[in-house]
Amino acid sequence: MKHFDVAVIGGGHAGAEAAHAAARTGASTVLITMSRDGIGVMSCNPAIGGLGKGHLVREIDAMDGVMGRVADAAGIQFRLLNRRKGPAVQGPRTQADRRIYQATMLSETLNQQNLTVVEGEVTDFIMKSGAVEGVVLADGSEIRARKTILTTGTFLRGVIHIGDVSRSGGRMGDKASVALADRIDSFGLPLGRLKTGTPPRLDGRTIRWDLLDHQDADEDPSMFSFLSDRPQARQISCGITHTNEKTHEIIRNNLERSAMYGGHIDGVGPRYCPSIEDKVVRFADKTSHQVFLEPEGLNDHTVYPNGISTSLPESVQEEYVQSIFGLEAAKILQPGYAIEYDYVDPRALDSRLALDNVPNLYLAGQINGTTGYEEAAAQGLVAGLNAALSATGREPLEFGRGGSYIGVMIDDLTTRGVTEPYRMFTSRAEFRLTLRADNADQRLTPLAIATGGVSERRIEVFGRKMERLERGRSLTTDTHFTPKQVAQAGINVNQDGTKRTAFQVLAFPDVDFANLISLEPRLSEIDAETQTQIGREALYANYIVRQEKDIARLAKDEAHKIPAGFDYASIDGLSNELTSKLEVVRPSTLAQAARIDGMTPAALALLLAILRQRSRKTA
Amino acid sequence: MDTIFALASAQGRAGVAVVRLSGPDAFKICRSIAGDLPKNRSTAVRSLKDQDGQVLDKALVLRFDGPRSFTGEDVIEFHLHGSVAVVQAVLRVLGDDGRARLAEPGEFTRRALENGKMDLAQVEGLADLIESETEAQRTQALRVVSGHFGALVEGWRSSLIRVASLIEATIDFADEDVPVDVSDEVVALLENVRNELVSEIAGSRVAERIRTGFEVAIVGPPNAGKSTLLNALAGRDVAITSEIAGTTRDVIEVRMDLGGLPVTILDTAGLREGQDAIEAIGIARALSRAGQADLRVLLASERSFSGLELMDDDIVVAPKADQTGSGVSGLTGQGVPELLDAIKRVLSDRASLAGLATHERHRIAMQSTKDTLEVVLPLVESGPGYYDISSEELRSAIRSLEVLVGRIDVENLLDEIFSSFCLGK
Repeated sequence: MKHFDVAVIGGGHAGAEAAHAAARTGASTVLITMSRDGIGVMSCNPAIGGLGKGHLVREIDAMDGVMGRVADAAGIQFRLLNRRKGPAVQGPRTQADRRIYQATMLSETLNQQNLTVVEGEVTDFIMKSGAVEGVVLADGSEIRARKTILTTGTFLRGVIHIGDVSRSGGRMGDKASVALADRIDSFGLPLGRLKTGTPPRLDGRTIRWDLLDHQDADEDPSMFSFLSDRPQARQISCGITHTNEKTHEIIRNNLERSAMYGGHIDGVGPRYCPSIEDKVVRFADKTSHQVFLEPEGLNDHTVYPNGISTSLPESVQEEYVQSIFGLEAAKILQPGYAIEYDYVDPRALDSRLALDNVPNLYLAGQINGTTGYEEAAAQGLVAGLNAALSATGREPLEFGRGGSYIGVMIDDLTTRGVTEPYRMFTSRAEFRLTLRADNADQRLTPLAIATGGVSERRIEVFGRKMERLERGRSLTTDTHFTPKQVAQAGINVNQDGTKRTAFQVLAFPDVDFANLISLEPRLSEIDAETQTQIGREALYANYIVRQEKDIARLAKDEAHKIPAGFDYASIDGLSNELTSKLEVVRPSTLAQAARIDGMTPAALALLLAILRQRSRKTA
Repeated sequence: MDTIFALASAQGRAGVAVVRLSGPDAFKICRSIAGDLPKNRSTAVRSLKDQDGQVLDKALVLRFDGPRSFTGEDVIEFHLHGSVAVVQAVLRVLGDDGRARLAEPGEFTRRALENGKMDLAQVEGLADLIESETEAQRTQALRVVSGHFGALVEGWRSSLIRVASLIEATIDFADEDVPVDVSDEVVALLENVRNELVSEIAGSRVAERIRTGFEVAIVGPPNAGKSTLLNALAGRDVAITSEIAGTTRDVIEVRMDLGGLPVTILDTAGLREGQDAIEAIGIARALSRAGQADLRVLLASERSFSGLELMDDDIVVAPKADQTGSGVSGLTGQGVPELLDAIKRVLSDRASLAGLATHERHRIAMQSTKDTLEVVLPLVESGPGYYDISSEELRSAIRSLEVLVGRIDVENLLDEIFSSFCLGK
């Protein structure tokens, strides 16, 4: 029998990132997938990144994860979203060539040290006194592991709907995985039901591209990885078209044939990604909706029409697609469908994504109620790192809300649960001005280096970058200007006699390094990239000081750990309502408890008092 | 660590009221309002003054150097004359100082705990606090603040949600079909909230309520004995009484002290179809004042009464007990003590919920929100390039108004975004 520190079930975005993270950390890791070809598959839209999501990818990369590098290799249309807004709300995004992405992810996976790939189907866990000790495969063989990470997406009671036709689906829809699902049921985890949809895929050769508007890639592309400097694949543009009144009429006339409107689906769908049926019904006064035509690859005719996901019957899909400008002769390669699936209420997980009630089992990805490759991969990273650290007897790695979008997501999931498929938005991060895509490396790479397993190259690149930044920072904070000097450079400044540092002047609106260099030529020693980075820091300097205080306060509460089996019912004075909320969430720190809806300052003080009292007793 | 202050003794009128101040700036703040500090662990009598040098009260000042203090920090206690107005004034001066903020419920205790200053017996006391706190939270939201103010607050809440959702939509859904520039709508909404805040702070209805106390309106049909009851409550003849229905035309007010709470009793015109123009005006006035009052005492045999909407807590009591044997009679005094007890009970429940600190907290919240909105407005006017910073400032404005409008979190914004914009490219 084979023995591993960590076993990862599933080779999707969560599974791949989890396996890599565990292996990097030095744990012997096995990735078990139905098929090697399933590793790194983009099952939905062929794009990586976006607002909030781009932050996650940068953070995964800063932790030396794989998603950023693979997306850079596969990117065929890099665009920095919100380019004209402040750096804190800019998000890198790219269309990705599906085949390049998959091939790159597979080769990265096969080349990763400490990582073994096994093709097979997991049918059960090896259980011992309620704890998971590995997995059983369909052929009867067993793989033992100290920690197991389940990343099987929508396989729990997954049902695919196309019109009124439905069949069970998801990644492992066959008999054997029913056994695994039964095993998971036996854990008595709280479950919920969600749904999500996809559009029909079109044959790009049947689209009138010549008639359509185009959206091009950025001329100056922003990459995901801090190790990349330029795209590797040819850059393409996407087409843009719109639905019209005729499209909407076809949809309205066939609403009862849609799986969703025909009453076949009860799962909750994402509001930010509604089906075209939903758009037509909920926004009846809109006569047109945008559709982006996204090629799935450089050597692939498949086109993903973003904006018209559906669960209408195939014939209706064809009719409404062909009613759209430029798509009059479009052929559908694969019809759109809706998928409904069970997810595990993530409040049953702790901040390492381990289940509270099933020792050694971690969950990551869509099974936790999230959507999106980036959200999945980020969870894979957290579960993979922590499973490996725990398997090798080391301290857990916590990602707090004050340190990363990853931490925001993990906290949102484990404290508040989900009501619709969870997607990252920048507005979820209360420290948005501090947690930027541009400084993900400064925030997280030191943490990754301390944890171990970071590549030599990254350590070196990061070290050099930090040296340049430090030098640039001290040069800008050591250079002082009088208000008079500042005014001479054409900058509007209060003539209050106060000397300001170059760094402070940089924070003024419409001031850039060129203005400063005209005042102090020595500042031209700072290279262009470092200038840009210091400019971003200066822009937000005042806010960052404010947020640092809040983050410090948060950190204090995070330092008050609440033991796993803490008995809330035994606390005198807590209302029933609060007690039951605490029991569902099972916060791991006082800070997490504070974020529970309805928590009061006095209740927190009481909780702290009891914690103090208990720790004194045990000490 | 912030310096915090709060009224440490019970709400309402009492012989002595204790205001506690704790934190790194406690001594500095004390020096600015009381002059020289007493020695550690000793007391001194000092005149407390506001920024303009106006004397607020002659108070006993106690000084405890940390860590040997209740919280383990530097602590000052002001033992004031227990008048509502004095306490209010001192809290206001401490708040306006800027170096300290009003403590959250349980915050002194929390600090004492963190600094290892509390024994377990004291911790037990926290349980009661939480009970009352949750009860307060349930009822507080908009009921504590009376009708007109409550509607304003509700308006602020929806405006702020709308504003934040507009800005966030342009940020988080920039690659979708949403407007790029929402500055005009945002500025209009924010200016409106800012102006309402300015007028609320200036008129300070909240502070007004503290000064004038609670209003209790006696209402009922004509000739039910309302004025006679008022005279009985006041212990003197303040209202003209007669056998003639409709004698009381204008609203008559009597101030009195009910168990430490300042209360104004209002006698109103009997409610009936007006007999003449002047009486009709009196009735309209009665209805309006009664509607705004904190509590209504209806002298009638049944609860339903046309023209006036009763609240849950309102008291209904049968009139003319001297003739019918049950209810209340101003003439004989029957049922008057019971009625006073009932009024007292309702009002002191309210006072504990909407105590001084709550009102002061509201005022501070409005003030600091207004200040932050003054920063947000020019930022938003500068256009989408500044939405990242605008939204950060807006977040602090919303946070400071949380005590009034309740918590607004990202889910509220997303709800608004998804219901206003068709997203999902």
